[in-house]
Amino acid sequence: MPSSLLWAVDIFGRVYTLSTVGQYWELCKDTQLEFKRVSAVKQCCWGIACDHQVYTYVFSGDVPIRYQEETYENQRWNPVGGFCEKLLPSDRWQWSDVSGLKHQQLDSFTLPSPHWEWESDWYVDENIGGEPTEKGGWTYAIDFPSTYTKDKKWNSCVRRRRWIRYRRYKSRDIWAKIVSHDEPDQLPDPFNDISIGGWEITDEPLGRLSVWAVSLQGRVWFRRGVNSHNPCGTSWIEMVGEMMMVTVGLNNQVRAAGRVQALLPVLRAVSLDKGTQGLNWEGKGLNSALKVTVSTSPVWQTGSQVWGIGCDDRAIYFRQGVTPSELSGKTWKAIVSGRESDRSQTGSSTSLLSAGCFFTDDIQNQTSAVIQGDADPSSDTELAVPTSPGSALLGAAAAGNSSGSQAETSAPLPEDPLHSEQGEAAAASATNEKANLEMKPSANANPPAEPQWINIDLKEAQKQPVLSVSSFADTSSLSSLGTFSVAAEDAYGADEHPLWAWVSGGGCLVDLHSPLKWFTAPSSGLSSSVQSLSLSITPAQTAAWRKQIFQQLSERTKRELENFRHYEQAIEQSVWVKTGALQWWRNWKPHKWMDVRVALEQFTGSDGMRDSILFIYYMYHEEKKYIHVFLNEVTIIVEVLNEAKHSFALYTPERTKQRWPIRLAAATEQEMHDWLSLLTMSCCESRRIQGPPSHHAIWSVTCKGDIFVSEPSPELEAGPQLMPCDQMFWRQVGGHLRLIECNSRGVVWGIGYDHTAWVYTGGYGGGFIQGLASSADNIYTQSDVKCVYIYENQRWNPVTGYSSRGLPTDRYMWSDASGLQECTKTNTKPPSPQWSWVSDWYIDFSPTGGTDREGWQYAADFPAPRSCSLLKCKIVTNGPWLEVPPVTLWDISIIPSSDADDEEAVALWAISDKGDVLCRLGVTQQNPAGTSWLHVGTDQPFISISIGAFYQVWAIARDGSAFYRGSVSPNKPAGDCWYHIPSPQKQKLKQVSVGRTSVFVLDKNGNLWYRQGITPSYPQGSTWDHVSNNIRKMSVGPLDQVWVIADKVQGSHSLSCGTVCHRTGVQPLEPKGLSWDYGIGVSAAMFFICIG
Amino acid sequence: MTDDKDVLRDVWFGRIPTCFTLYQDEITEREAEPYYLLLPRISYLTLVTDKVKKHFQKVMRQEEVSEIWFEYEGTPLKWHYPIGLLFDLHASNTALPWSITVHFKNFPEKDLLHCHSKDVIEAHFMACIKEADALKHKSQVINEMQKKDHKQLWMGLQNDKFEQFWAINRKLMEYPPEDNGFRYIPFRIYQATTERPFIQKLFRPIASGGQLHTLGDLLKDVCPSAIAPEDGEQKTQVMIHGIEPMLETPIQWLSEHMSYPDNFLHISIIPRPTD
Repeated sequence: MPSSLLWAVDIFGRVYTLSTVGQYWELCKDTQLEFKRVSAVKQCCWGIACDHQVYTYVFSGDVPIRYQEETYENQRWNPVGGFCEKLLPSDRWQWSDVSGLKHQQLDSFTLPSPHWEWESDWYVDENIGGEPTEKGGWTYAIDFPSTYTKDKKWNSCVRRRRWIRYRRYKSRDIWAKIVSHDEPDQLPDPFNDISIGGWEITDEPLGRLSVWAVSLQGRVWFRRGVNSHNPCGTSWIEMVGEMMMVTVGLNNQVRAAGRVQALLPVLRAVSLDKGTQGLNWEGKGLNSALKVTVSTSPVWQTGSQVWGIGCDDRAIYFRQGVTPSELSGKTWKAIVSGRESDRSQTGSSTSLLSAGCFFTDDIQNQTSAVIQGDADPSSDTELAVPTSPGSALLGAAAAGNSSGSQAETSAPLPEDPLHSEQGEAAAASATNEKANLEMKPSANANPPAEPQWINIDLKEAQKQPVLSVSSFADTSSLSSLGTFSVAAEDAYGADEHPLWAWVSGGGCLVDLHSPLKWFTAPSSGLSSSVQSLSLSITPAQTAAWRKQIFQQLSERTKRELENFRHYEQAIEQSVWVKTGALQWWRNWKPHKWMDVRVALEQFTGSDGMRDSILFIYYMYHEEKKYIHVFLNEVTIIVEVLNEAKHSFALYTPERTKQRWPIRLAAATEQEMHDWLSLLTMSCCESRRIQGPPSHHAIWSVTCKGDIFVSEPSPELEAGPQLMPCDQMFWRQVGGHLRLIECNSRGVVWGIGYDHTAWVYTGGYGGGFIQGLASSADNIYTQSDVKCVYIYENQRWNPVTGYSSRGLPTDRYMWSDASGLQECTKTNTKPPSPQWSWVSDWYIDFSPTGGTDREGWQYAADFPAPRSCSLLKCKIVTNGPWLEVPPVTLWDISIIPSSDADDEEAVALWAISDKGDVLCRLGVTQQNPAGTSWLHVGTDQPFISISIGAFYQVWAIARDGSAFYRGSVSPNKPAGDCWYHIPSPQKQKLKQVSVGRTSVFVLDKNGNLWYRQGITPSYPQGSTWDHVSNNIRKMSVGPLDQVWVIADKVQGSHSLSCGTVCHRTGVQPLEPKGLSWDYGIGVSAAMFFICIG
Repeated sequence: MTDDKDVLRDVWFGRIPTCFTLYQDEITEREAEPYYLLLPRISYLTLVTDKVKKHFQKVMRQEEVSEIWFEYEGTPLKWHYPIGLLFDLHASNTALPWSITVHFKNFPEKDLLHCHSKDVIEAHFMACIKEADALKHKSQVINEMQKKDHKQLWMGLQNDKFEQFWAINRKLMEYPPEDNGFRYIPFRIYQATTERPFIQKLFRPIASGGQLHTLGDLLKDVCPSAIAPEDGEQKTQVMIHGIEPMLETPIQWLSEHMSYPDNFLHISIIPRPTD
């Protein structure tokens, strides 16, 4: 689960963030401004500052926000000067956009706001449709407008070329003021409320955000063009209506509190989306009313999360138990995290304790209970002493109405009538909003005048000499504690409790599986020991004592066992049997599932080695029969993607050749996992495999996303008897990935279906492999999201036009992509029972080939017209993987191991899911996650990248062209420039893989090509050689071994798709190899494979 | 990369190669061959020596056979101490295999407890586990377990089933996350040189200041003689499972990973060999 931030504003207008993995509020990096409102989503935060201007705060990231400006230079041939700038009067401008309709000179491009800067000067794009052009990037045609080719012909009368220039958003990690050039006079009154949302609008392009604002006069504005490429948006447009407050949810559900007569607030929901449901917030559970409720946040399981600020104590509360079925949730839970600046003060136990006792009686009781329950009496009293006076005094402070104390606050300052008036107003507004929340007319709220709605409840930051650097002392409580003023330092700790004015959790995802530290952090007297414990535990992994224990234990085993292995064991190992009922996919026709009894017998051989046999007992024509498998022959056990059955398959070398595994199904998921876990453990035991995979392990993921690892034996690549790859043993590792990449130094990275990047932690087990077969320290929660597509097919008929009534011969009206399988919205299930839906059906507007406005694609006959609907589903599992935030990735490549020492950096290149090329810095064996991304500029989005053993970086662009990166070296990790390599026979390429020296590419038609003529002095090579067809994926290893996933491999029962094959005969003089060796196939279709 | 789980495995599968010989004064019908066996360190002598007993009984006259007992270099071996502890305490730094003398006569009543059946071992073993949990969790964990869980612990030990044992024992090694450790560490310190059987005191894994107590802290507290004086050289060895953990090792970690199946940390303090 990636960490995310909760944003809040304290009453001094300072903006703080609290990370879901953190324990302390951190002051926003840019502290120049004071704010009254903030509204956050994951990638940015919008706010209204005290000057009533709108600002946006975009996090700095490793990937720059860039925008490509382009313009075309057009020329016509004339007999005198050849091609020249003189065009005919009927022609387009000399500088125009791509259509030629708009005049666009180079100097007409200006930066849209001061927050942008130019990345470089204008330059000519010399790449057309994946082919390099010569002669300055010109493309030729007979006349405008026309299709252009790169070849100049006798009749080419016009030519054009594209100029491009990038601009880059620079105002990151600071508050960037939103300037409105166009309509300064249209915004007469300042903004009062702002809200951002809409990051999950299903029919909008990814990255679009929706920003709404309300002015003081109640006018509603919408910010146009805000998206991840343009964080500031373009302009404000006014919406119809008069509102007081506005909030935007994840699906662009806009709710606004309108002002109806007599100042009675009524909650009104403005629906821009069909799925809007009115939420009514109730303040149950907390005796003080909540001032603000804001921010729904996108948590899949719960639908939304709710945060609030208590009106008396100004603490931030989190609403627990909000689910789609119970929108009002269960209880309010106070966030007790301190600010980071407070940490310096935690040295004194008084401040530490009182920080926890400030909030409500509930928590206070809990605290003391914890202390008494744990510590022994002597330390108990010690701790309890400061507690009681602390809480008593705090109770007094908290009892005072916050508005009262705020009014008092001004006492040490020059008397400021306005200020105290605001204080009252704030209190009144709090009560009023309580009524608002409960959706009742507020009878007891004395309706004050207009200022109530201004909602300026920010306090002036006190600029008086303060007691210490981190002082935000609330003078009100200080003054009420006047008698303690001598001991101000001590009482001071109590006032450390921040008073909040506004909170926004739009960007905050609370993971239900890993509890937050916010609610408990400083609330127990033990926190000092927690800190010291965590300090000593973390280095424990590397501590000398730990190393010594491991070392001595292995020495002991050697000493006491090495020479005595022939001795008899004192305890005889008995045969051990697990039996159960499963279903078996029977191996005679008609194939179907039948009930069978199974038994796993484990026994210990005379050499102390354990082995197991799996028996399957079945009935054949009234006759009892059985088949059995020796588990030391099993090569892989895989869960099989099946929405109805909890099934799995067992392969042995023989069954791999036949492409006919043993398929078994269990009644429940738990039962299947028990069996899988037991069988996997038995297989590992009989092969004496335990612990984490070695650095040389081969990793692969199945098309289902399961991860497998295999220990290579030396016979795999060399030796007189080559080991066929169907004899390799694969064991499963927890987690879910789409792609995996490793090198022989144990650095392993993976990418999930949701493009999240993960790094291997060195553990093993996870997933269904629980308990002792799994490591404990390195297993973390992992989640992944993928899409399920179904297609709606229609046919045209003369009466009704396009309709869902098809011909009897047609495919189903709702089908899968092939049209052969019926899939309706109601019968489509998640890929397996471990998955759950997280969205509603929506239409995909971006399939290849494009769609019309309603998402339809057309053709003369089927397969079209059709529209594609998709649904997102999510899996939560665990495995030895840690997320590498924040950039989401598309492809990744790690340098095959060099003989370098452990400390040296490992080169790692990646492509973000937007197509940016990135280079990871600081990756070492000790720190496989690296430190930061370095962005490598490209002219177009990339899709595939690979780095070879000698820092040869090859990449494929989205248009199918190949590129080579020059001068990449350990000292110059990003290289200097791209060289465009022409594609083989104009094929569009889709994947590249570089080994030690070989370079292989795969085109979109499944052809595999080898690059000829590569020498150290000419690393780009000369020509492409065709190697094979019907290849889906490939990977080239550090010794130039070639592994592929091939389609259409002949099996004994059918042609199989997705078979792991290994190229045999690869020699230094024969890098292309001779033939293929076919490994595991059928339903275990490996999707991606990587060789360490 | 190594995992703490591997320590559990190494501890469990520790074996001592042993040579059993019959005491010279025992009357036999024919000459008794020595018997060689790999003894599990974590088990008990009388639990794993059925084969030894059968082997020697074959050569003895039936009427001469009474309760079997074992002796090493004149010291009767207490069957209710785990085998690894007996070896560390009496026979560390000696040549392997460990040479144990088998007796059938003259049971040393004042040194040894009788062990007429496996039930006695089970009762002793379960009593130790319960005592340990009383120290660690005020007996809460062991009392919440069912009878069959208790049985599984014992059967796991008896049949040398690591997984079976640890499936249950795992719960005994847990503690509430806010506590950072057990209430008290169940440990016993044995000294080869003293008459006193062992030292056992209440000792917390976490100091009042919050820092973790180490093995050194424990020894300083309950057995200062085991630690070298500031200037002098270390005259003793502190052994657990045949290894000498560093004194900086946190005692909580040791308790979780290097306790015997009876959940006690059995620490032997023996003189350091002079050569």
